[in-house]
Amino acid sequence: MENLFTTVTINKVKKTLLKSSAGVVMLILVSGCANLGVEPWERDLLAKKEMALTSSPIDAALDDHIYFSKEASSGGKSFGGGGCGCN
Amino acid sequence: MKKYILILMAIFASKAVLASEINSKLQLEQAIKANHGKVIYLDFWASWCGPCRKSFPWMNKMQNKFKNQGFTVISVNLDAKKELAEKFLVENPAEFTVIYDAKGLTARHFKIQGMPSSMLIDRYGEVKVAHSGFFTKKVPQYEEEIQQLINTK
Repeated sequence: MENLFTTVTINKVKKTLLKSSAGVVMLILVSGCANLGVEPWERDLLAKKEMALTSSPIDAALDDHIYFSKEASSGGKSFGGGGCGCN
Repeated sequence: MKKYILILMAIFASKAVLASEINSKLQLEQAIKANHGKVIYLDFWASWCGPCRKSFPWMNKMQNKFKNQGFTVISVNLDAKKELAEKFLVENPAEFTVIYDAKGLTARHFKIQGMPSSMLIDRYGEVKVAHSGFFTKKVPQYEEEIQQLINTK
């Protein structure tokens, strides 16, 4: 009888431990997103030249145009259209 | 013992943060109060922002053109590092007040949406116009807004 009692209490303790640890994990997860993104006045590092998506925008635009008009590929970029070469 | 040291450190850190918060906000508040009765062009800028660089000569011009008619420019620098702001000011001298706010507390207070941001405050301390960005095309409009507020007494 006593043995059964202790196993029951141990189970209870285990359950509460699990619950509380889950609570802690939830708390960490929720508070992890307290800072979403960079504020407009904090963009100093992002404004640097080496942080740009492409090092030479004109080159990238020309390449883009060649792919667009010669290889009949379209979509995924800022324009749609066919590959007739007339654009 | 370790616990106490940690707690003490936390208290000191929070106090330091509080002190700087009071400083930049207070400084701006005092600057606005000191110019009460004038039309104020409040500008938020940073050294890394291109349009800010363009706006400086214009702000100097406005300051000099209208300062005798009850107008002043107050600017808030939002650089995280003050040295960068100082370097910018050597290249682009400012003939108006500059307040340093490295933590961006004033920007947070005014919910700045873009850089640069400007606000035009009338003689009664009310924000009348707000702009995000500085566009060379809109310069005549900016000046007209200033002129209009100066003329309404």
